[in-house]
Amino acid sequence: MKHPTRIRWAVIAVALVGFALLVSAEGMWRDLLGALFPDYRTVVHPRGTLVDFTLEHLALVGVSSALTIAVGVPLGIWVTRRSGREFRPLVSAGVDLGQTFPPVAVLALAMPVLGFGFWPTIVALFLYGLFPVVSGTIAGIESVPPAVTEAAVGMGMSRWQVLARVELPLAARVIMAGVRTSVAINIGTATVGAAIGTGGLGVPIIGGLAVQNMAYVLQGAIPAALLAVLADALLAQAEEGLGVATG
Amino acid sequence: MIRLENVTKRFSEKTAVDGLTLEVPEGEVCVLIGPSGCGKTTTLRMVNRLIEPTSGRILVNGRDVMSMRPEELRRGLGYVIQSIGLFPHLTVAENIGVVPRLLGWEKPRIADRARELLSLVGLEPDSYLRAYPRQLSGGEAQRVGVARALAADPPVLLMDEPFGAVDPLNRERLQAEFGRIQRELHKTVVFVTHDIDEAIRLADRVAIMRDGRLQQYDTPENVLNRPANKFVHDFVGADRALKRLVRIKVTEVMRPAPQAAIDDAPEAMRERAGAGRFVYLTDDEGRLAGWLDTDDIRDDAVADAITTVDRLQATVARDASLRDALSRMLGLGFRSIAVTDDEGRIMGEVTFAAIEAVMSEAEEHRGPTADGEGA
Ligand SMILES: Nc1ncnc2c1ncn2[C@@H]1O[C@H](COP(=O)(O)OP(=O)(O)OP(=O)(O)O)[C@@H](O)[C@H]1O
Ligand SMILES: [Mg+2]
Repeated sequence: MKHPTRIRWAVIAVALVGFALLVSAEGMWRDLLGALFPDYRTVVHPRGTLVDFTLEHLALVGVSSALTIAVGVPLGIWVTRRSGREFRPLVSAGVDLGQTFPPVAVLALAMPVLGFGFWPTIVALFLYGLFPVVSGTIAGIESVPPAVTEAAVGMGMSRWQVLARVELPLAARVIMAGVRTSVAINIGTATVGAAIGTGGLGVPIIGGLAVQNMAYVLQGAIPAALLAVLADALLAQAEEGLGVATG
Repeated sequence: MIRLENVTKRFSEKTAVDGLTLEVPEGEVCVLIGPSGCGKTTTLRMVNRLIEPTSGRILVNGRDVMSMRPEELRRGLGYVIQSIGLFPHLTVAENIGVVPRLLGWEKPRIADRARELLSLVGLEPDSYLRAYPRQLSGGEAQRVGVARALAADPPVLLMDEPFGAVDPLNRERLQAEFGRIQRELHKTVVFVTHDIDEAIRLADRVAIMRDGRLQQYDTPENVLNRPANKFVHDFVGADRALKRLVRIKVTEVMRPAPQAAIDDAPEAMRERAGAGRFVYLTDDEGRLAGWLDTDDIRDDAVADAITTVDRLQATVARDASLRDALSRMLGLGFRSIAVTDDEGRIMGEVTFAAIEAVMSEAEEHRGPTADGEGA
């Protein structure tokens, strides 16, 4: 079990380095996109470097996903406790609604309150990514066989011990699956932030669409897609690690 | 040790346990039995406060369970639940170590304890300690469940159909092992089952329940011989005499058996038989090697009348019950069978006639009460 795991980590590390090199190779993008679209006057977005866009994007995804997890997992846990059980339908409906809202609409609603830029986008991403995390947490905890929790309580574990030693380890995989979905959604959705000046890989995409420059669009879309694949592989690997630790 | 005083539990409309009064003395096995839904599990779960009684009192060691912190109470009561409930993410060793860890034992002590308990329940520690529950068979999982309940050496064990999920053969083996462990450890045990044979085999006292009410609380012998009412009479079944044999050890009706060494002179063997027909022949360690049937001796050719046998097949151990002996005899077509001690040496024999005598005695004992009420 150890050996293949280590190899997979190595592959992921190599892919990350490759990705970093790719986004910092300004000249390569200019040559490549120039060759693809010889008629365009400019092929790379003038507002910043690809490295800037990528780092901005990562900041958006990182902050919003951290918030989503920090709120979503406890929320999911709470509604499976005796004290929060009655709120479960409400919470489920709420996070469901958060996801049906188009992110652009959330931006439009959040802007008057939070102004332009970073935070309205974070709010939109947070609401949008909450559903998979909360429902993953609920599903994970409910997948724990009742006999197992009964044994835990019957053997004298406190409620916290049952949660920390039995329910969460057994639910970890399902919760992680929810987190993966949420992060993947966030990486894609974060591009809309460019519409209100948040930056990120959405800048060349949305800018390119506005001026009908397909080279710009590709310059943003390709790294965004690669980022989504990489993040998923990374989280899948982390999930595997959890799986090994918990049998 | 455990006392239930007029305990009632109501779930909204349904009264699951109704005015139950029961005392389990220290070191005894109380088996709760009755049809499905009669309140056995509810009773058990009230003892460790997984359920709280609607009224009445439950005392463990003289202390009202409602006055104790639930976690503290439960850590002192070994609990084997109806569906085993091993922790799937923990190894067998870690499963067994759960309560010791909660009690703050040192790691090496927990590890030693896990080894010790696996051996006790008949599982080879080196092959099981690191296994995960999904790798165990039903019977192995049950054993680990029992080992886990015993981990912190609680004086009281609550067991809810602990052998419910195993096939009849393994079930009997587990019952025999439970009996052996209990003779060693003398726990106070409340054991739930709906298998009357299991109850009779394991109980010091049987509590028969119906619709939440206690019907009879008595020794297995008395439940078999003097059922308190028609329900108990019917519940115990028509083969009471046969069931009674489970409670009697072969050593109780054993008689001395004529023996000779297999390398003795033919005449010496024959002399040993005396007036009887058979002589058990033993090897140099006193274990059964065969027998001599004096009726088969023709023209003084004693050697031709000797049958050699597989020792393990043709004997019963001294802790076997009369029912074990009877089924072995019926299987082999014998009218008597040798009883051996722990080293395999012949202690004596049990005859078919002796078993018959016990059975007819039981029928007489049964007396008019049951029939009177049963008619
Ligand atoms: N939490 C509960 N809520 C409502 N009714 C319950 C609850 N637990 C048990 N009951 C009811 O109480 C009665 C006794 O149940 P209990 O589980 O004690 O039966 P049992 O004797 O253990 O049965 P079995 O042999 O099937 O395990 C049943 O009628 C059951 O439906
Ligand atoms: Mg039950």
